[in-house]
Amino acid sequence: MELHERSIAQLSAGLRSGEVSSTELTKHMLQRIRMHDAALNSFITVTEELALTQAKAADARIADGTAGALTGIPIAHKDIFCTRDVRTSCGSRMLKDFVSPYDATVVENLQRAGVVMLGKTNMDEFAMGSSNETSHFGPVRNPWDRETVPGGSSGGSAAAVAARLCIAATGTDTGGSIRQPAALTGITGLKPTYGRCSRWGMIAFASSLDQAGPMTRSAEDAALMLTGMAGFDERDSTSAQRPVDDYVAALGQDIRGVRIGIVREFMGEGLDAGVGASIQVAIDELKRLGAEIVEVSLPNAGLSVPAYYVVAPAECSSNLARFDGVRYGHRCAAPKDLEDLYKRSRSEGFGPEVKRRIMIGTYALSAGYYDAYYLKAQKIRQLIADDFRKAFAECDVIVGPTAPSTAFRIGEKADDPVSMYLSDIYTIAVNLAGLPGMSIPVQPSAGMPVGLQLIGGLFDEARLLNVAHQLQLATDWHRQAPAGF
Amino acid sequence: MSLSADDVAKIAHLARLAVAPGENAALGRELSNILDLVAQMDAADTAGVVPMAHPLDMAQRLRDDAVSEQNSRDRYQAGAPAVENGLFLVPKVIE
Amino acid sequence: MQWETVIGLEIHTQLATQSKIFSGSSTAFGAEPNTQASLIDLAMPGVLPVLNKEVVRMAVRFGKAIDAEVAQRSVFARKNYFYPDLPKGYQISQYELPVVGKGMVEITLEDGSSKRVGVTRAHLEEDAGKSLHEDFHGMTGIDLNRAGTPLLEIVSEPDMRSAKEAVAYAKKIHQIVTFIGICDGNMQEGSFRVDANVSIRPKGQAELGTRAELKNINSFRFLEKAINFEITRQIDVIEDGGKVVQETRLYDANKDETRSMRSKEEANDYRYFPDPDLLPLEIDEAFINEVVATMPELPDARRARFESQYGLSAFDADQLTGSRAQADYFEAAAQVGGDAKLTANWVMGDLAAALNRDATDFAHSPVTAVALGQLVARIKDDTISGKIAKDVFAAMWAGEGGADEVIEAKGLKQITDTGAIEALVDAVLAANPEQVENYRNADADKQPKMLGFFVGQIMKQSQGKANPQQVNALLREKLG
Repeated sequence: MELHERSIAQLSAGLRSGEVSSTELTKHMLQRIRMHDAALNSFITVTEELALTQAKAADARIADGTAGALTGIPIAHKDIFCTRDVRTSCGSRMLKDFVSPYDATVVENLQRAGVVMLGKTNMDEFAMGSSNETSHFGPVRNPWDRETVPGGSSGGSAAAVAARLCIAATGTDTGGSIRQPAALTGITGLKPTYGRCSRWGMIAFASSLDQAGPMTRSAEDAALMLTGMAGFDERDSTSAQRPVDDYVAALGQDIRGVRIGIVREFMGEGLDAGVGASIQVAIDELKRLGAEIVEVSLPNAGLSVPAYYVVAPAECSSNLARFDGVRYGHRCAAPKDLEDLYKRSRSEGFGPEVKRRIMIGTYALSAGYYDAYYLKAQKIRQLIADDFRKAFAECDVIVGPTAPSTAFRIGEKADDPVSMYLSDIYTIAVNLAGLPGMSIPVQPSAGMPVGLQLIGGLFDEARLLNVAHQLQLATDWHRQAPAGF
Repeated sequence: MSLSADDVAKIAHLARLAVAPGENAALGRELSNILDLVAQMDAADTAGVVPMAHPLDMAQRLRDDAVSEQNSRDRYQAGAPAVENGLFLVPKVIE
Repeated sequence: MQWETVIGLEIHTQLATQSKIFSGSSTAFGAEPNTQASLIDLAMPGVLPVLNKEVVRMAVRFGKAIDAEVAQRSVFARKNYFYPDLPKGYQISQYELPVVGKGMVEITLEDGSSKRVGVTRAHLEEDAGKSLHEDFHGMTGIDLNRAGTPLLEIVSEPDMRSAKEAVAYAKKIHQIVTFIGICDGNMQEGSFRVDANVSIRPKGQAELGTRAELKNINSFRFLEKAINFEITRQIDVIEDGGKVVQETRLYDANKDETRSMRSKEEANDYRYFPDPDLLPLEIDEAFINEVVATMPELPDARRARFESQYGLSAFDADQLTGSRAQADYFEAAAQVGGDAKLTANWVMGDLAAALNRDATDFAHSPVTAVALGQLVARIKDDTISGKIAKDVFAAMWAGEGGADEVIEAKGLKQITDTGAIEALVDAVLAANPEQVENYRNADADKQPKMLGFFVGQIMKQSQGKANPQQVNALLREKLG
């Protein structure tokens, strides 16, 4: 098997046995990026020199026996994570020349585990988008069909992992930004429970929803990556103060008797028939493996998109106020006064989707509208969380489609924000409730990847990973690779 | 829900975004469409529901009162658009 | 028409913590620009706030000091507006649920009567940076060292009816926050900032008039002047048929007037919402008990103790508890001096005069409390007279050393040897036979005054060192 096709565990074994060095592996991956990324545009920055330095350090650790499971593994970071002395653009013109003076905790944690950073991946601007078309650095193309989108906002990470340009990548998920692109590109993506991974150094979109997670080619790789990323961080007040579970150890349990909940509301109208059929095949497979299938209901899930498009823009309108052209980031030429500095710097620095969301959020919070919008949305959030609590009384894991269709064509929804927003119809409720959610590839539909979403109770990542892993042991949907890469 | 040109101008000013007069109407239509989507919330009966500001039921953690930061001005200002004598410069603020 | 003035104050007190409210930067005053601005204070992308525990302790201490409810659960909100000294584009403050609820303080009015002033609430928030308007090629410079300094904003009820009442209330709050050690009270450095909401209404009318908010007041004296100017201005406006506009006005101490802040005229819409980066602040009984257990003595309690423990008059006790620094100074000095009343006189007299003359304060006095106590001890044990002590004090103030050192170096030790004093007395009496004769022939009620002449002569001869009591006794004996 070629190096880039191997799992993290296989590569780790190869590194330890001396079959391959991290430097060789890193050079191999850098070569693949050079060869293939022009067609995909999945990277904004490739940090070749840094990668080789880190690979050398990893080789030293492997030699002296202090290496861990991730030491020497070449990965990529979504360009939303601050990386010290490396450009951190967040996919925006606003930060196109921003070199971060510090590292995000997730970056730091993975660095401590010994990973090699190949570069920073493309993304929707400030993580606002579901197609990767809002990036200032141009759209990312889906390696399965380059006329289609890879999903978003972590589209660069998804495409890079799917095309085997990196072994794994980090992503962030505010309304589906890890799971939806994972589904559209046929990879495994996990959004952990809110508070499981630190948000320090992860450029904020919507603070009460944002969460970092791994994007990999298998549940087993995801378990290893999450182990490296997760943990309490005293710099993040919303970080969960509880130990990280042993995700890898949990992978071995069989799933007989695990109660799998199928959400009635997710399997009906609006779901593409081909996608629905693939989801059913996966459910049948879970049943065959001994899981108990039950039907559950999330009666308020339909309100998740409307509530999300109040909460997320409201928080983003405030979070993005710091981009004012004063201390860092884009500043307009020759501002004539303070107001001109603010307005032109921000209008030149932000793209149309970011501006739309800032406007919506500003409006929703403004005097006279707070109760009708923001407060109402927070109440709906509570209703949705209650729905999940009730559902998890009847099942252990909820499964269903990640996205209503396979990858759509570039440009298809670009002019219709509302139809774009509905691509996240199955993922958003999970963020509103703070739950862990995962997408794994199942049987493709018309040659394009389909994602199965698994949703767990709070901090139930180990169980999600285990169910996903057991399904992946029994099937080979996750092993399929796009042609030409 | 339909935002007037005046509404759009007011929101844009609050958000410190410049909207050219020509873009105003189109932007107003886009925002109104989004607000129509948002208006689906009205269907929910939320009487007596406690708003949920956070997914986790936790209280604020407190840190000890200790100075942990050193002066890193030069590094932090390396990417600043306009700096003089350690100060960030902006067009004259009139009070 | 008879007008009634209604005043409410908003007082911003900088809390005396080591580090900022949400970051580990130092809060020390006067550092080079932006050298105390961390990633968090600069609002770099991706940074997050974590609340300083000491800030919460201080807020609880204040709440308990004014008998207010301390909220079991309070919430930090974002107040959104753009300004260059506000790096995040929002200020983290408390809006709907403040940490301290309704409380009350008692102020003493000029006629000696007392009045209760309600405190509506006190909430925690972060300070903004500073805009420096010196000319940088027509630009303004931004220094974010102050950004993120913890503030407790104390909001009063509109209970005050005159500038003097407002000043009494502000001084009372100043006294409380300095006594409980949560604020250094330095108004020049902006640690204690007062904004006044002033309105007038016809006497007898229940509803409030339109108010103006006065800002930029950095002393109690200016507070009184600014309010009085504003009252006159509002009366003039109304009596000329105009209307008072609700606005923010800056006090200009040089011109002694308030003027409208035009740049803030536009209606603000702060879009408050709970800060999603912070969780609700929960304060339990144990936390409150711990704060109460370590609560420094409050000014009123300390005043009462000064009367009972040291036997001071009500006036002296009141004077000495004017500030915590003064009260601490007095107690430390009295302990060394061994005579509370005498110490009190020195603290309120010569020391206060010297501090005032050199524009310094108790905390920075060149003569420390212990040093003054040693001086008092030397008066008390008759080493020096009270008169000589003034010279010793002047030398100590000038940095010539401690009391004993100065007394020794200048040979100021009092003469108490009876033989030596008797020789002095005899010499003076022999040199002034005429005065001796006059004294002896004078009426008894005039004699004490005439005795002064001889005392003066003897003290002059002894360069002030003869013990005055002994001189008096001997003179009376010899003049018979």
